Amino acid sequence: MTARVGIVVFPGSNCELDCRRSFERLGATTEFVWHDDRELPDSDIVVLPGGFAHGDYLRTGALARFSPIMNAVVRHADAGKLLIGICNGFQVLCEAGLLPGALRKNEGLKFLCKWTELSVEVPGTPFTTRAERHQRLRIPINHFEGNWYAEPDTLERMRADDQIVFRYVRNPNGSLDGVAGISNERGNVLGLMPHPERACEALLGSEDGAVIIGSMLDHVMNMQPSPAAV
Amino acid sequence: MANFMASVHVLLRPGIADPQGQTIERALPALGYEGVSEVRVGKVIEFNLEATDETEAASKIGGMCEGLLANPVIESYTWDLTSVSVDAARGGT
Repeated sequence: MTARVGIVVFPGSNCELDCRRSFERLGATTEFVWHDDRELPDSDIVVLPGGFAHGDYLRTGALARFSPIMNAVVRHADAGKLLIGICNGFQVLCEAGLLPGALRKNEGLKFLCKWTELSVEVPGTPFTTRAERHQRLRIPINHFEGNWYAEPDTLERMRADDQIVFRYVRNPNGSLDGVAGISNERGNVLGLMPHPERACEALLGSEDGAVIIGSMLDHVMNMQPSPAAV
Repeated sequence: MANFMASVHVLLRPGIADPQGQTIERALPALGYEGVSEVRVGKVIEFNLEATDETEAASKIGGMCEGLLANPVIESYTWDLTSVSVDAARGGT
């Protein structure tokens, strides 16, 4: 039994192959699903990869939520299954109302493409089972709109509910509270600006992304019925 | 049905840092324009709209702004509505 990963491809997505490679290297099977489709393949995990969905017209991620596949993505999340939006995928999840807040232009008005260090703020989530509290992960960012914002009362509630899962060690873009990745209240949906799929092989400079992707796969396998019961 | 021309103005909400506005504000004195403050950068979205009357047109535009044209988490919006003849609305001669 291996985890099945559905990777949504929007017109303008450009990280779907990196996601496929990193999930498959860690033992999952993957399937691409086109944004115009209405049903997901049988998936334990759904990934909204990075890129520029629908050209990021109007606002980043604003138009992707109108893609026909998004109804199925919402049903997947409502069923409690894992959903991760990476970079542009994070922006899509916020615009679709699956995660709180919004992503603004970077504080310094520069497109940032560089290595960052993340701190795991909440271990034990489906995305951090392999991590220790405050473990540092070296994972690159590649974005113009990564400056997360939410209303003060929303932020306070999210802190109390352990929804601030990843923070930057050094805030690169002005993101409120140093936020790099957040989850929904239920804990099964994660938005993450850095790209773990680009940091899963030593050759690429870091394998720390495998902590996050591997955690998701572990979570799925632990949810499976034990072999004896099958 | 009446025809309207709508002009929707979307700005970052007060209190939300606007780095583009700040950059422009710092640049203008270099051209000799002093006394400029509170520069905000937003976008204008224009379109023609059919509605029974101005009230309905306003209601439709409000819905469009909340649902798509603006992101209420970080943006505010205002609009101007002008009643136009059918030919003008279609860009007629």
